Amino acid sequence: MSETLVPFDEVLEAYDPAMGLEVHVELNTASKMFCGCPTEFGAEPNTQVCPTCLGLPGAMPVVNRRAVESAIRIGLALNCEIAEWCRFARKNYFYPDMPKNFQTSQYDEPICFEGHMDVEVDGETFRVEIERAHMEEDTGKSLHVGGATGRIHGADHSLVDYNRAGIPLIEIVTKPILGAGAKAPEVARAYVAQLRDLIVALGVSDARMDQGSIRADVNLSLSPKGSGTLGTRTETKNVNSLRSVERAVRFEMSRHAAVLGRGEAILQETRHWHEDTGVTTSGREKSDAEDYRYFPEPDLVPVAPSREWVEELRATLPENPTARRARLQAAWGFSDLEMRDTVGAGALDVIEQTIAAGTSPQAARKWWLGELARRANEQGVDVPDLAVTPADVARVQALVDEGSLNDKLARQVFDGLLAGEGSPDEVVAARGLAIVSDEGALSAAVDAAIAAHPDVADKIRDGKVAAAGALIGAVMKEMRGQADAGRVRELILEKLQ
Amino acid sequence: MGDWLRSTAAELADALAAGETTSVEVTRAYLDRIAAVDPAVHAFLHVDADGALAQAAASDERRAAGTLLSPLDGVPIAVKDVLTTAGLPTTCGSRILEGWVPPYDATVVRRLREAGLPILGKTNMDEFAMGSSTEHSAYGPTHNPWDLDRIPGGSGGGSAAAVAAFEAPLAIGTDTGGSIRQPGAVTGTVGVKPTYGGVSRYGLVALANSLDQAGPVTRTVLDAALLHEVIGGHDPLDSTSIDQPLPALVEAARQGATGDLSGLRIGVVTELSATGGQGGWQSGVMSRFQESVDLLVEAGAEVVEVSCPTFVHALATYYLILPAEASSNLAKFDAMRYGLRVWPEEGASAEDVMRATRDAGFGDEVKRRIILGTYALSSGYYDAYYGQAQKVRTLIARDFDAAFEKADVLVSPTAPTTAFRLGEKLDDPIAMYLNDLATIPANLAGVPGISVPSGLADEDGLPTGFQVLAPALADDRLYRVGAALEAALTARWGGPLLDRAPALEGGAA
Repeated sequence: MSETLVPFDEVLEAYDPAMGLEVHVELNTASKMFCGCPTEFGAEPNTQVCPTCLGLPGAMPVVNRRAVESAIRIGLALNCEIAEWCRFARKNYFYPDMPKNFQTSQYDEPICFEGHMDVEVDGETFRVEIERAHMEEDTGKSLHVGGATGRIHGADHSLVDYNRAGIPLIEIVTKPILGAGAKAPEVARAYVAQLRDLIVALGVSDARMDQGSIRADVNLSLSPKGSGTLGTRTETKNVNSLRSVERAVRFEMSRHAAVLGRGEAILQETRHWHEDTGVTTSGREKSDAEDYRYFPEPDLVPVAPSREWVEELRATLPENPTARRARLQAAWGFSDLEMRDTVGAGALDVIEQTIAAGTSPQAARKWWLGELARRANEQGVDVPDLAVTPADVARVQALVDEGSLNDKLARQVFDGLLAGEGSPDEVVAARGLAIVSDEGALSAAVDAAIAAHPDVADKIRDGKVAAAGALIGAVMKEMRGQADAGRVRELILEKLQ
Repeated sequence: MGDWLRSTAAELADALAAGETTSVEVTRAYLDRIAAVDPAVHAFLHVDADGALAQAAASDERRAAGTLLSPLDGVPIAVKDVLTTAGLPTTCGSRILEGWVPPYDATVVRRLREAGLPILGKTNMDEFAMGSSTEHSAYGPTHNPWDLDRIPGGSGGGSAAAVAAFEAPLAIGTDTGGSIRQPGAVTGTVGVKPTYGGVSRYGLVALANSLDQAGPVTRTVLDAALLHEVIGGHDPLDSTSIDQPLPALVEAARQGATGDLSGLRIGVVTELSATGGQGGWQSGVMSRFQESVDLLVEAGAEVVEVSCPTFVHALATYYLILPAEASSNLAKFDAMRYGLRVWPEEGASAEDVMRATRDAGFGDEVKRRIILGTYALSSGYYDAYYGQAQKVRTLIARDFDAAFEKADVLVSPTAPTTAFRLGEKLDDPIAMYLNDLATIPANLAGVPGISVPSGLADEDGLPTGFQVLAPALADDRLYRVGAALEAALTARWGGPLLDRAPALEGGAA
């Protein structure tokens, strides 16, 4: 079943998009939201559990103070008000991986509310209003066994891992983002990217979208151009990369326009994002009739952060990302365009770390936004999520600088790194990529090239040094690229002058 | 040996200290008594004879070594089956938890173990503590030792009957709307609901989290104070637990027993009696109540009439808040991780299994309250029901505040009637709910209350209870007033009320 879509440009001729983003951030606290269980990722299933996070009869929650602290710091960094008094609430619904069949969350009394974040796209600033940021617990994780797709449909049975149950989450909800027009997909992506940068800077989460520690739900609706109304929205769940955020918005805009264009109504529903095909498909229907029967959690006393504590936490906030970008651009000497590309690719941190490891700013930028950006695009992942670290890039560039590698060989080293063949030095050794510094072999190759191209050699002898390029090319070809082109040139000139 | 059965916990503690008996001897005597009379009473759902005797032997060893854990070390106890016990089944009187053995102890149970009290077993109750007669237990009703054809009260009828039938010197109950105090009243025993937050709820399988409180079920006021001091106090695992020391409860009970209440103001609550309240108040209950008030006056107390007008809305308020919280608490019983699992058919989905299990595992009263609570919390009804109930609850708390300006304690009959016959109100939920008319306001406001035996009603010869309520955190006042009344009544009767209970078949006591 393939969707009819309206080309993106045509969507904008008839409609204004409105977006709403809900981002779940898994905190990196040592223990869970309401119990003392550890939170490490990747442990054996059901080994990080206790009566409380398993929802055993009689067990009770106790609020993790560190999680409240992280929530407040996130709120302050998003320019939010911090509630003087707020409560947890129960969100009631049945699901096999939810131990209590209610999620302890916050409802009408979130800890953080009324904030904003300024997002830059192509040099233009959009203000994204933050409605709220609230605390809640994660659910367990279901593994559906025996089906073809890993989805519950067609599965033979399901296994549940409760290690994730009770991991603290902060859900950050924007107000409707209006007026982004054609830039809506980029604004959505930039918002999530900038939010991720902020979370990283705060140090409150691992911030790994690929591991689900940041998950975005994308709400989208269209309204007739200039009408100033809000259309019916769909909520696309678990969009787990920056690139997908952008693609999901783009896809839903085209799909909505197609549905509306047929004179049909948009169904208010949850949709699933398919990373591989780049489409969304219908999930469960979500109407206003879905009733979570929220009420204040009677097992927990209200959270009332003192103003003194809030101010103490404000003092621990890291540098504002916008200010940081300005500072780094000046330090690195990047042009506005170079900086915009860097931020757009989500490569600010990896470039900063690469530079910190000793690489020049331009070399770091060249690799991350050139070769590595291309590889990321091929793999359909974000640049920072490649299996190449800033330290790897710094080492590769160091090898280039010392003459052991040239750019062509360096690219082959990245092949090896992406294939999981070990460190840069291990890849160089295993693939035999070092530049040939055997003067004898090199000299023989130069002699052979001169002999094979007597006309070119004559030109050089006549002083037309520029003609050396052709001979260098021939030598490099003969050496399969593993030679230092500068040294080859020297040898040619020595022999012919 | 029979003597030890009739001894109070305080007397047992003294006898153990004096070397007149051992914990093993006392524990065995109670286990024998259970074996003899429980087939008729059915106070216990599970008896742990081996565990109790092993704990008693350990207590005797500690005594020999001089390393006692508490004044009650070695005195056995029964625990309501709503508190988790590591290694012992915990069913909450429900089929849905049949066979579940918790991996952890409730804080109250842990404190009992840490104080050296051997645990005799788990007592019967209305399913998930929903009821006033223990008839809603999935495992059959408990019978009132005063008349086996009558109810022992509820939901903690098992704990009250166990103590009244001399099957245990002490028991733990839980009180959400009167489940400790009303069974106390109808079985001639003492029951205390502490201040909300005074005793940890960790491991108490929640009925209504904002109302539940565990407390002592005993034969004397002093025993209740001794037990309260063992189980009470702050617990970091319960964030609603109060982080300050308990008042001196045992001291208050000893002081009260001297019989001097001069300077104390007692408020008789108009709305909680036949003169100004709802419901059918039995005349024998009112007579015994008035006599008790007179005795307190003789002890030097001053009586004032107080009115708490919003109390007439307490029952309605309670039956919105309780089902709302309960409907959410009981959602966890879904057959996924523990307890009953019913497969409706081959290849059933998780949802099918949940539905079939909940249908088979919950009784009618539980289903009734889940439906009520689900409705009360539903979008569009929340404000009219749950939200409104919370507002009335605040008004009830204000009425208490105002009343405690005029009086140091408030008093009323504990329950409007004596024990009714098994089956009599089973088909009339409202009539059943009315039993808790006088006890519910305390739960809504979080204040402590005690029920003390006040005699036998003339018309049926069955026990009646006298309720004392105190301001939050002033639990010591309950013990002072309760002990004074107990001393005066015992003197008048020439012995404890339970001496007048009929002998049970199979029991020598």
